[in-house]
Amino acid sequence: MTLQSNAPGGDIETAWDRHRFDMKVVNPANKRKYTVIVVGTGLAGASAAATMGELGYNVLNFCFQDSPRRAHSIAAQGGINAAKNYQGDADSVFRLFYDTIKGGDFRAREENVYRLAQISNNIIDQAVAQGVPFAREYGGLLGNRSFGGALVSRTFYSQGQTGQQLLLGAYQALSRQIQAGTVKIFPRTEMQDLVVHDGHARGIITRHLVTGKIERWAADAVVLATGGYVNVYFLSTNAMGSNVTATWRATRRGAYFANPCYTQIHPTCIPVSGGYQSKLTLMSESLRNDGRVWVPKNAEDAWNAKAAKVGRHPGDIPESDRDYYLERRYPTFGNLVPRDVASRNAKLVCDAGHGVSFEGNGVYLDFADAYERLGRKEVGERYGNLFDMYQRITGESAYEQPMRIYPAPHYAMGGLWVDYNLQSNVPGLFVLGEANFSDHGANRLGASALMQGLSDGYFVLPYTIGHYLGIQGPRKSSTDWGEFAQAEEQVTDRINKLLSIKGKRTVDSFHRELGLELWNNCGMARNRHDLTTLLGRIPEIRAEFWENVSVPGSAGDLNQTLERAGRVADFLEFAEVMALDARQREESCGGHFRVEHATEEGEARRDDVNFRYVAAWEYQGVDQKPTMHKEQLEFRYVKLTQRSYK
Amino acid sequence: MNLTLHVWRQKGPSDVGQFQTFQATGVSKDQSFLEMLDVVNDKLELAGKDPIVFEHDCREGICGCCGFMVNGKAHGGQPETTVCQLHMRSFSDGDELIIEPWRSAAFPVVKDLMVDRSAFDRIVQAGGYVSVRTGSAQDANAIPISKEIADRAFDSAACIGCGACVASCPNASAMLFTGAKINHLGLLPQGQVERFSRVQAMTQQMDAEGFGPCSNHEECEAYCPKGIPVEVIGRMNGDLLKAQLRGRDS
Repeated sequence: MTLQSNAPGGDIETAWDRHRFDMKVVNPANKRKYTVIVVGTGLAGASAAATMGELGYNVLNFCFQDSPRRAHSIAAQGGINAAKNYQGDADSVFRLFYDTIKGGDFRAREENVYRLAQISNNIIDQAVAQGVPFAREYGGLLGNRSFGGALVSRTFYSQGQTGQQLLLGAYQALSRQIQAGTVKIFPRTEMQDLVVHDGHARGIITRHLVTGKIERWAADAVVLATGGYVNVYFLSTNAMGSNVTATWRATRRGAYFANPCYTQIHPTCIPVSGGYQSKLTLMSESLRNDGRVWVPKNAEDAWNAKAAKVGRHPGDIPESDRDYYLERRYPTFGNLVPRDVASRNAKLVCDAGHGVSFEGNGVYLDFADAYERLGRKEVGERYGNLFDMYQRITGESAYEQPMRIYPAPHYAMGGLWVDYNLQSNVPGLFVLGEANFSDHGANRLGASALMQGLSDGYFVLPYTIGHYLGIQGPRKSSTDWGEFAQAEEQVTDRINKLLSIKGKRTVDSFHRELGLELWNNCGMARNRHDLTTLLGRIPEIRAEFWENVSVPGSAGDLNQTLERAGRVADFLEFAEVMALDARQREESCGGHFRVEHATEEGEARRDDVNFRYVAAWEYQGVDQKPTMHKEQLEFRYVKLTQRSYK
Repeated sequence: MNLTLHVWRQKGPSDVGQFQTFQATGVSKDQSFLEMLDVVNDKLELAGKDPIVFEHDCREGICGCCGFMVNGKAHGGQPETTVCQLHMRSFSDGDELIIEPWRSAAFPVVKDLMVDRSAFDRIVQAGGYVSVRTGSAQDANAIPISKEIADRAFDSAACIGCGACVASCPNASAMLFTGAKINHLGLLPQGQVERFSRVQAMTQQMDAEGFGPCSNHEECEAYCPKGIPVEVIGRMNGDLLKAQLRGRDS
């Protein structure tokens, strides 16, 4: 099957305008005749549900948390990009488009990204009108800062809590629609399966997490805004509950999973401190605006507790014995190189024995220069809350000594394949935000995730779903269809099976084991041999899981172990596609670094002749190799170049 | 280090509930409080017993999911720290800890340490927003807002909705939570049009949910993990009075 992007041809500048005119529009009086399911209440889900509610659709909105305000978008720290050019530093829609395509290492669809850059400005207007308290200058106008991979200041922010403020804006818009009765909200309700009827996505099966009740929901269309999958690594910056279940269940029902090997390893996280660790904490990339990254030049100066290396206190290491390796290797972008480049370089210096932390996996992020240049007060105003967060976790003060940071899994660029309308290959199934694959290519630039989630939810889906619904017209929906009964039975059987194993290992022990295998073999640096070994290991872990996992309690009750078991079972299937994708992509691009494919300087080397495509995987059954479909990427506006930040 | 935990166990809202004692052994000072509980739960799971239920998600102090009382203090009582950010270096070998859920009639216990805080959502649904349709906004820089006002609005908007204010208040009042949202929107020019209808609708819903009144103990501010100041309550009361004096809803 050839995948059609359905992107309008012709001038990219006018493509979205023309497309909006060409699409079908549902008469305002008829909108109430359509029911739309939205799974997820993060930036993409809440903004989509609120906007469709405003338009008059009946919206059913689900989340597994106790409140829609808890979705993990809330934890995004740094900011949101927009091409406002309020700083007068030569920014433009085209420059944001160009930076995003280049930052993604030329593996994203041009038309989607151009639309994203156009819409970026509307998002800022919308958020300000909602009362989102962005940072302001003394004159009362909006402030901006810079982020990695860009030479302009285009990032809008609310201290280190931009995701929280934007999510609360969307949550409040959603709350208004709940009050108005256009949106019904179902918290503590987790999607367990997608229901496809006559080839169209027409409903979902859910489990209520307090009562255990399994329910069927029918609709005219299903929207998944269920976030990313990097918790497959077990340790990541994602929330504990973030999972792949919704998108993987959709994959099992025929939706294609695109580019699963594109994962982002964020360079600035707090290093691992012990085996009990449950998650890793991000320190916003904005810190790299004023912090300088370095390691001791001499490996004997590096502190590594596990290797019993005492090293030297960072304050005792003179300038001449420090290696500011990013500034040295990338004089133009310096500490503001994109995330994939910063992460890989941290790994390189640590692998060479210069790392500083409990396990030798850490580099310094030093604010000494910033204190001299700006003063402690100003630095505190910019980053005080992040410094407090760091101190709570490590017991160390960034005012007294450099922070220690190390890369950690943070974001999934891969996701369900969607066309220009954000519709998957299953008609009626739309996928938004991190859950889709569309806009970030092989690497996402900082402050672009919030932009994409809100662009998809507020400004794209509400139009494109109308086109689909308009073509279909009002249809009868029924939870009595055979597909509902069948899906419900499968969900119930699976839950009962998990409870009946009564094995000797905890759910988390399997998750940790899977995560470590992926981190070591499909993490920041990958090679064919290790990926092949990994592909042998995953089915073994999966088989043991289904024989030896221990899930106490019952199905008809609040059972947090059962919730985790279902999610880990899906990760154990999904991980295989991720490794297969990483192995077939015989090139390095963005976050996917294959050591066999590097330039002489050690930078990622793409292969545009053979791999300028999106890999979309079709499920064929557990223990069956999925089929790969390709969407060829055409670049009409951006010239493919070797990405350079030198 | 080794600790003794007395943990509240309750099967559901109608169950009476009781304390159960657990030993947490070999605890590292670098562990977070929730990671310490994870280890206790691992052992329970392996023994085929029900693990202790507590709510958590981001584990970095921003989602607002987590929260329970540790020795009578919300989130353990460290200034501006949620219980997921609380680390075991704050405790000593041999400590005995009493761990119990938020106690408030408006927050019924779901199970063990997990409570139902949907009352907070309903308070926001009553009017905690600016009514602006998607796509109808003007340019973001069209209305300058002084940095001071923007910063104050942000300080109120930083609320994570965890419920520590309610749990710490002898009256189980939700006025810090409600006041924070009213203050956030009421300070900004965008929030002026609905300022007085908002304060009336939200406080009416707050009362209907069964939260108590404020009697100036200021425990809410002391235990708020985001440092929301009690002045937001004063400002909310001022707006409510103005709204009543105006004698109409807008």
